[in-house]
Amino acid sequence: MATASKSSKRRLEIVENNENSAEVDDIIEAQVSDNADDSTDEESSEYSGLEDDEEDDSDDEEDNSDWEEGSDEDEEEGDEVHNMSTNEDSEDDTADDKVVPTAVPITQDGPSTSTAQLPAPPVEDEYAYDSSDEEDLRNTVGNIPMNWYDDYPHIGYDLEGKAILKPKRGDEIDNFLRKMENPESWRTVYDPQTGQDVILSNEDVDLIKNVMGSRIPDGSYNPYEPWVDWFTNEVMETPVTGRPEHKRSFIPSRVEAIKVGRMVHAIKMGWIKPRVAKDTSVERHKYYLLWNADDKSEDVRRIENPIPAPKPRLPGHAESYNPPPEYTFSEREINQWNRLAETPYQRKFPFIPKRFSSLRAVPAYDRFARERFVRCLDLYLCPRAKKMRLTIQPEDLVPQLPKPRDLQPFPTVCSMIFKGHKGLVRTISHDPSGQFFISGSDDQTLKVWEIATGRCFKTFEVKGTVRCVSWCPNASIALVAAAVDNNVYLINPGVGDRLVQAKTDEILKEMPAQTDYLIPQRVRAVLTWNEPDKAQWDSGFRVTLTHFKAVKHVAWHSKGDYFSSVMPEGDNRSVLIHQLSRRRSQLPFSKSKGLVQCTLFHPLRPYLFVATQRHVRVYNLLKQELTKKLMTGAKWISSIAVHPGGDNILVGTHDRRLCWFDLDLSTKPYQALRHHGQGIRAVAYHKRYPLFASGSDDCSAIVSHGMVYNDLLKNPTIVPLKKLRGHAKFDDFGVFDVLFHPTQPWLFTSGADATIRLYT
Amino acid sequence: MGARMKKKYEAGEATKYITRAQALKKLQLNLKDFRRLCILKGVYPREPNNRKKAQKGKLDKKTLYYVKDIRFLSHEPLIWKFRDFKIFMRKMKTAMEKGDKETVARLKDNKPSMKLDHLVKERYPSFLDALNDLDDCLTLCFFYSTLPRDTKVPANLISLCRRLTVEFLHYVIAAKALRKVFISVKGIYYQVEIKGQPVTILINHLRGFKPTTASDVDYRIMTNFVDFYTSMLGFINFRLYHSINLQYPPKLPGININENAADEDATEEYNELVAALNTSLVANVPEAEEELQIDEFPSADGQDKLDEAKREAEAIERLKSLFKGLKFFISREVPRESVVFVIRACDGEASWDSSIFAGATYDETDESITHQIIDRPSVEKQYLSRYYIQPQWLFDCINFRRLLPVEDYFIGANLPPHISPFVTERLGDYIPPERQVLLALERGETLPAEEEEEEEEEEESEDDSSEEEEDSKPKKNETTKSQVVKEKKGMKVMRGRVEMPDIKGMDEEEKEHYKFRELMIRNKDKRLYRSMMKNRKSREREAKRLENKRKFHEKEEKALKKNTQIKKIKKDA
Repeated sequence: MATASKSSKRRLEIVENNENSAEVDDIIEAQVSDNADDSTDEESSEYSGLEDDEEDDSDDEEDNSDWEEGSDEDEEEGDEVHNMSTNEDSEDDTADDKVVPTAVPITQDGPSTSTAQLPAPPVEDEYAYDSSDEEDLRNTVGNIPMNWYDDYPHIGYDLEGKAILKPKRGDEIDNFLRKMENPESWRTVYDPQTGQDVILSNEDVDLIKNVMGSRIPDGSYNPYEPWVDWFTNEVMETPVTGRPEHKRSFIPSRVEAIKVGRMVHAIKMGWIKPRVAKDTSVERHKYYLLWNADDKSEDVRRIENPIPAPKPRLPGHAESYNPPPEYTFSEREINQWNRLAETPYQRKFPFIPKRFSSLRAVPAYDRFARERFVRCLDLYLCPRAKKMRLTIQPEDLVPQLPKPRDLQPFPTVCSMIFKGHKGLVRTISHDPSGQFFISGSDDQTLKVWEIATGRCFKTFEVKGTVRCVSWCPNASIALVAAAVDNNVYLINPGVGDRLVQAKTDEILKEMPAQTDYLIPQRVRAVLTWNEPDKAQWDSGFRVTLTHFKAVKHVAWHSKGDYFSSVMPEGDNRSVLIHQLSRRRSQLPFSKSKGLVQCTLFHPLRPYLFVATQRHVRVYNLLKQELTKKLMTGAKWISSIAVHPGGDNILVGTHDRRLCWFDLDLSTKPYQALRHHGQGIRAVAYHKRYPLFASGSDDCSAIVSHGMVYNDLLKNPTIVPLKKLRGHAKFDDFGVFDVLFHPTQPWLFTSGADATIRLYT
Repeated sequence: MGARMKKKYEAGEATKYITRAQALKKLQLNLKDFRRLCILKGVYPREPNNRKKAQKGKLDKKTLYYVKDIRFLSHEPLIWKFRDFKIFMRKMKTAMEKGDKETVARLKDNKPSMKLDHLVKERYPSFLDALNDLDDCLTLCFFYSTLPRDTKVPANLISLCRRLTVEFLHYVIAAKALRKVFISVKGIYYQVEIKGQPVTILINHLRGFKPTTASDVDYRIMTNFVDFYTSMLGFINFRLYHSINLQYPPKLPGININENAADEDATEEYNELVAALNTSLVANVPEAEEELQIDEFPSADGQDKLDEAKREAEAIERLKSLFKGLKFFISREVPRESVVFVIRACDGEASWDSSIFAGATYDETDESITHQIIDRPSVEKQYLSRYYIQPQWLFDCINFRRLLPVEDYFIGANLPPHISPFVTERLGDYIPPERQVLLALERGETLPAEEEEEEEEEEESEDDSSEEEEDSKPKKNETTKSQVVKEKKGMKVMRGRVEMPDIKGMDEEEKEHYKFRELMIRNKDKRLYRSMMKNRKSREREAKRLENKRKFHEKEEKALKKNTQIKKIKKDA
């Protein structure tokens, strides 16, 4: 029964609008066809729940009893007719008669015929079927979708196997009219199993309403019945067992008594104290006067040599919330800032300076916590040390030098340019009086110039590049030594005092007698003294010294009798010293000490300076020994010059350094100057004035003041005075040679641009 | 038998230092405790003079401490406290796991606690030492006082920081020690002068302040610092209050700091603190007003210096009572704490809407209010009797040490730039024009602001010619200006000027001489000289860049102004 009620519940759920029964029918039909796969029990017993109209109980026993009651009733009623009449009655008043089956099938023909179809419960074998579900079995098709029978005239078979014909439904108009006429139409539903209309009873309607209202379907069930306490919680007065309680359950424990006694004793003795609540006011008053005076420090043990932490940096204008407009970032700066995301420490600021229109718009700085944290890390992790802070200005490091104006005279302006050569002017040399000078060039000529007028007096054609010219310092001879390729020519320039010229010619006319002098084999292999032929003599050549290698440098002794020549490629025979008066030569060195660049004679003493690539060696010619070796520290010496006093040497190098050696002080440079931008080609001292000059490939010559004092305790003062420019660059060469006028503070420079300049 | 060979690294620099790992081993501490100990005791690594020797020839860089420092640490009783605490934690853990509530309660009651009083005295034997190190202390305490209540930081520490910092602010108000202020993007800087020592504090902005979300910050380390700083600040506060005859701890009305308050109470508590700033403290003994007079000693060379010192003293006196007699009303959108502090520190009176925050002393309707601090573009109802100004006015006034004209700071006005008072310019550095005005005022010159404006107008009307003239001396400017004013507008023929003889040649000689002198610098100093010159060059370049940028900006602004004026005129027409 329970299942039946459930199925009916499900089926009638949809009935909402009772007035439109036709629709309801359709819906229910559809519903039934949907539910066709329900169990057969449910299908077949669709009326059962409605029929026996008892309380819906889940109890099986009751169910059974109900059924039995129902069957009893049937027995009592006896025949079908009576039953039918009761049905008719019930149609009129849908009263609360419990016994009467409330749902009555209606057919087209009328209620009488329909009731006839109701199979009477078989009286004889009332126990033949044990399930109440099957009691109303009229159609035996079973649990199938009823639409299978849509195309047939029947809807199934009764118990006897006869087809149950579909009752006539009539057309829509008939149905409608019938519905209009029939006041019960709102509670009439169509049963697809039997093909009949069924009128629902009041109870059914109530049941449906209850279900729809989600109440208990059975209206008569009282959920608030008084509670009957079947199993009471009251303790019964009589105990279950009559056993008396143990003595220890009412006598105090001895063990506990001992424990308590101990505690009491401890409290008495003051061993146990009550827990004191913490006084928070103490916390607030925990500070006191720690320092009595402001700056008086008491002696306490401290950490060793404490260094206070540096104070955090104070903010600049850019950190302002409203900075001056020049501090805010332009787009380019923002891009640059963003580009440094990988290396944020390179940023100018850790934030982008930005202008906020008002204070209210300024947000919290998102790196604030991080910056505080980093500061904390710095305080305890950074090693500290005391560093001296420089309070000097960079100007204080620059030495104070005397003003150039106080050190005049010195050459300042280019006052004359000697033009005439067609190639690099490699070398120049002046005559002892200072009236003329001679220049040698790559155009294979030597030219003699008068200084005062700038006129070129003479030109000597030679076959080869002129490497070096040197005017004999002896004023009583008019002679120039010129190194051209393998030869050294001694030339009478033919200018100046005629008497001197004549005398020179006279001296050189005849070869001195070489009695009992045999030219050493070593020298003979290197050099030959040659007399000029007639044509050469006429053009001024007096003697030719032919060497076995190219001669790069010649230098006269101050007396004018000796001169030296240098062949860098000559190995141990690279330096030769010649004596003009006797026309003899000698090779002073038996061992090679490197590539010899140039040699110079000491102006006063018999010393010879030999500059190799790295060092300058000073030889005593009398004792024939090495007296000093000067360490320049340079890679390639280009030229040397000796101070007229003889105690100071200038060394110019290709690696831009100009070294001043004080021979009394040390073998290391007294001062090394790096004033030139490129390698130095030539250096020179002035004979009278405290001046020296250097010429370099950077097309400039620098004139400096170099005062040497007689007082041995006083070091020379060196002051650069003036940079003289003017020469043009040619083939990476600038100035080749510098030369001071013997008496005037004038400087000659010869350059790669085929000119010679005079600065006064 | 020869003399025993001397072993390496057994004397001198090598014995002075100890690496951190060795120190840990010696002290038998773990790294965490060692770190804490170092922070509390103020022990830090040292940079040796010769690292190779100090590390006994090892090349990798190590953290080196003085051996003496570590020996000193080993005598510290705090180490035993650390060990006690370790034991306590172990016992607690056991009890908690056993569920022994009785024991837990007992243990909690007897939780070992540290007292750091002796450390304060030891690290700062004199009070001035402590003041010298106050910057970091205050900045960190202020930072902690603004932290939200969070599990990362103990709540009672935050409350303690709040209390101590407010007490310090009260001292500054009472002693009128505020000297400079600066609103930066990071926060607001305050410079306070205590016993002649400048102390600079940075207090962060609060809008959208979420410090505890930062993942790259270890709050445990900072808490170690704060532990020490709170005790240090407490003692300093005590001494400061004592020095101006105030009772410590002060009884601030309406302030009751609940050390275990929940987070909701935090904002309320903060409001209370601000309210407390608005009340003056009661002195133990009423102070006698005493005018300090600088005695004049005739000195041969220092007359200028003396004058300067006098001017400085006067300016500070003026600053102390800068807002005296002024009544301020603070709108609710203005950060109240900083503004109230600044006003009160310069002897002004402040109040706010009493319906929103506690501690207001008078109402908005009060007719005697002279200034209303407001930070919004417009306001509906305005009183005629008061100025409505933006908060920057207060800060600029303090930096200039005088009341500035309020016109530039009215509501909705485009504020003049706010410049830093902390910058000390070196020779050749760029100085923004606003700063130049300030410096001139400090030098004792008076800049008539109105004339300046006139000049500007004239500049606008004329072209480059007048500017060129201005470059020459200002006295000349006076005479030519009148002429220029007469000749205004239109084409004109300018009077010719005498060409000065070119002195460049002379300069050239000097330059060459200097170049030679440069060449003669000793090799020893050459590198230093070069780096110094390089720095100077870059600074000069930077100055030039900023100057050009400013000029460009001003030109642009002028053009904009002109455009708008023209548009206006056209509209009117």
